[in-house]
Amino acid sequence: MTSPRTISFNIFRYDPQDPSDKPKMVTYEITEAPGMTVFIALNMLREQQDPSLQFDFVCRAGICGSCAMVINGKPTLACRTLTANFPDGKITLMPLPGFELIGDLSVDTGKFMRELAERLQLWLQPDANDIDIHRLETPMDPAEAAKLYELERCVECGVCVSACATKQMKDSFVGAVGMMKIARFEMDSRDIRTAEDFYHVIGNQDGVFGCMTLLGCQDACPKDLPHMQQIAYLRRKMAQTIVSC
Amino acid sequence: MKIIYTDSLVVGAGLAGLRVAIASKERGLDTVVLSLIPAKRSHSAAAQGGMQASLGNTVKGMGDDEDVHFQDTVKGSDWGCDQDVARMFAHCAPKAVRELANWGVPWSRITAGDREVVVNAEKVTITEAEEAHGLINARDFGGTKKWRTCYTADGTGHSLLYAVDNKAIEMDIPVHERIEALSLIHDGKRCHGVIARCLVTGELRAYIGKSTTIATGGYGRIYEVSTNAIICEGIGQALALDTGVATLGNMEAVQFHPTAIVPVGILTTEGCRGDGGLLRDKDGHRFMPDYEPEKKELASRDVVSRRMTEHMRKGKGVDSPYGPHLWLDITLLGRKHVETNLREVKEICENFLGIDPAKDWIPVRPTQHYSMGGIRTDATGESPQLAGLFSVGEAACWDMHGFNRLGGNSLAETVVGGMIIGKYVADFCEKNTLEINTDLIEASSSKLSEEIDRLLVGEGTENVFDIKLAMQRIMMSYVGIFRNGPELEKAVSELKALLVRSKNIGLKCKKRHANPELVEALRVPRMLRVALTVACGANARTESRGAHAREDYPQRNDKEWLNRTLSTWPDENALEPQLSYEQLDVMKMELPPGYRGYGNDNAIAHPDTAVREVEIEKILTELGDDANRFEKQAAVMPFELPETLRPRNERLSDTLTVPGEKT
Repeated sequence: MTSPRTISFNIFRYDPQDPSDKPKMVTYEITEAPGMTVFIALNMLREQQDPSLQFDFVCRAGICGSCAMVINGKPTLACRTLTANFPDGKITLMPLPGFELIGDLSVDTGKFMRELAERLQLWLQPDANDIDIHRLETPMDPAEAAKLYELERCVECGVCVSACATKQMKDSFVGAVGMMKIARFEMDSRDIRTAEDFYHVIGNQDGVFGCMTLLGCQDACPKDLPHMQQIAYLRRKMAQTIVSC
Repeated sequence: MKIIYTDSLVVGAGLAGLRVAIASKERGLDTVVLSLIPAKRSHSAAAQGGMQASLGNTVKGMGDDEDVHFQDTVKGSDWGCDQDVARMFAHCAPKAVRELANWGVPWSRITAGDREVVVNAEKVTITEAEEAHGLINARDFGGTKKWRTCYTADGTGHSLLYAVDNKAIEMDIPVHERIEALSLIHDGKRCHGVIARCLVTGELRAYIGKSTTIATGGYGRIYEVSTNAIICEGIGQALALDTGVATLGNMEAVQFHPTAIVPVGILTTEGCRGDGGLLRDKDGHRFMPDYEPEKKELASRDVVSRRMTEHMRKGKGVDSPYGPHLWLDITLLGRKHVETNLREVKEICENFLGIDPAKDWIPVRPTQHYSMGGIRTDATGESPQLAGLFSVGEAACWDMHGFNRLGGNSLAETVVGGMIIGKYVADFCEKNTLEINTDLIEASSSKLSEEIDRLLVGEGTENVFDIKLAMQRIMMSYVGIFRNGPELEKAVSELKALLVRSKNIGLKCKKRHANPELVEALRVPRMLRVALTVACGANARTESRGAHAREDYPQRNDKEWLNRTLSTWPDENALEPQLSYEQLDVMKMELPPGYRGYGNDNAIAHPDTAVREVEIEKILTELGDDANRFEKQAAVMPFELPETLRPRNERLSDTLTVPGEKT
């Protein structure tokens, strides 16, 4: 058995609240352990080398989406990135672009996602009459339920936003996360909003017609959501809306 | 210091906290939610398998109702639960599921006609009724008589949390993110709010509310290996404990989940076994039928976890660098099933183990999973000691789980408990005024400021990360699945030594803002006090009940231990909690203690049990044969609920048997 290798982490460090601080890259070295993930490594670095290091993890299992960061140039979830994936043992960590920096690798995705939800009204808007919780529920086509769940698997990690050139150039662009959610509600038979209603929200340059179709969202999405398909679907819907007016 | 006033203050933005906030806002109350993280990141999202509710839509759920759900819950709790609460819960669970459908949850639905399922390692065809087509589906889970667990694939917690948080956003309920509540403002009788610290700026703020609801989840992270998110550190329980007045209930009741992956402890849902997955040992032998011939893999979680541990102790575990483990085999379910209904499990296996669970077995072992104990509340969710302090969800000991929680009842508790307790919280806010004693606020905040100053400028020499790990290892080694006197003694004395050491923590990072080491240093002594309530409670409880298994006291002793452990910490300089006990009254029970259905019936009976059984028989005889199940239930054990939640639940069987007539 070969002895464990030393891996080096080149990490972005900056505390925006400290006026004297300047952004910099700092290198740390650590002995790799079997099955080590970036989550395990960052915690070891903080506990053993630098307790001021800021980063976010919650579930550490690829479920909550809090730990997205740019790893060797690619935005992804740190918790399920194995250090063994990098043969040269060199790992560079940067915070996700496109979000307010809290410090080091920690960004404020929460604020972004809440504002997006408020702006696009990303909640189910059912027929208000349909709410007797004591009676049998309204049936739903099983295939539709399965389809909705597929689109709902987004964990709001922000990777699609960071991987999107349009979003990086145009702050008001809703991004793949916004469109995926719109598509999810548009397809939900319980939601009373029509394609025309959604047209007012995303039928413009900030929405489906602003997308340059570079598909960084689709390539980087850690949940493998069908962004390409949904953006195309929404474009078709929005275009039909114009034609039918 | 900034003081923020509201009517209903909620600490914790998981499903339970958000549901209470929604209930408050529905009544027009000003509502603020505090959270360590964005609401949608809460640990509620990790619940995969589903929530129990006796809808009785599927053919395998026919005949299910509140009575059966209640009985399963009480038996599952090993008669440690509050039966009033279990009744309130079972009655409201179907309402919560239907409400959630209206808030956007795409519950998996029933397809009419034949479908193939795996039951006891064999493929069986079941036929769903035409009338059930499109209604909410349910899967099998351990410890339940009927298929009752409603689900969306294996991302049920995710679906529910997103729907409920979306509802909260729609209702314009503010969630103050990256805020950590660190002490309660109280006068020994009434709770007035919290002192909280902003994790970004380090600023201390007072949040003053008519009611304060703690919904911060469990305390799994006092253990080294846990399925819990890393934020489940028991700070909510510590908030109550540190008042010196409010009690924690049954803290020793800690559940281990049978199937977390090795070594990292990430959960694979009970749905794996519910859907037909098997447990195998190093020889590939399916061993559960040897121990539990009737329930096999679907015995309740505490039973399966103990049987697995027993089997590994016999040398039947698979050796690994991380110690022995067993195999979870879901290959027989087929690729299509794994890739649709167990999709999160598949992702976890791929990303953390590099295996394909549709063809490879999954290495698993029992791992800390759930905290049945928590802030002791009455049936309305309020602390009996501190008026205005409410608690809900895993943070609370409400107490519908007793000493063992059934799969699918935790996710259900968050939304059902939140629905019920939320109404009582709103009632409290409507009946009470805001009380502001600025001296009290000042005193609470000064105390916390001093604690922070001491840490930042002090000359302490102890490393906070070392102390935390030592605590987690003690809990894992000595307060685990099987417990005994000598090991528990050892745990208590070692935890006390750590608590002493924790008074001398020194920080390398001296920043007042955004300082992760300071965050740990504030948490660890609080976690140690919580850990001591678990270890001391376990040491004192000389019987085995539910998840609390004493090797030296294997019997469930109803005669002496049909009670709830209460812990308080009246002297802040003490090194252990004060324990007292709250008796469970058999004479008020709808279901007096009996055989739980596993292994030998070794319980030592309570003298009242026989008396109560005779009494119940008499009540039912007097009612006569014409009484329906609701009348019988009400005669044996009446229970309270907010009025809007009292109507009966309609089921498909009602419409099928009595066409056109609604119950």
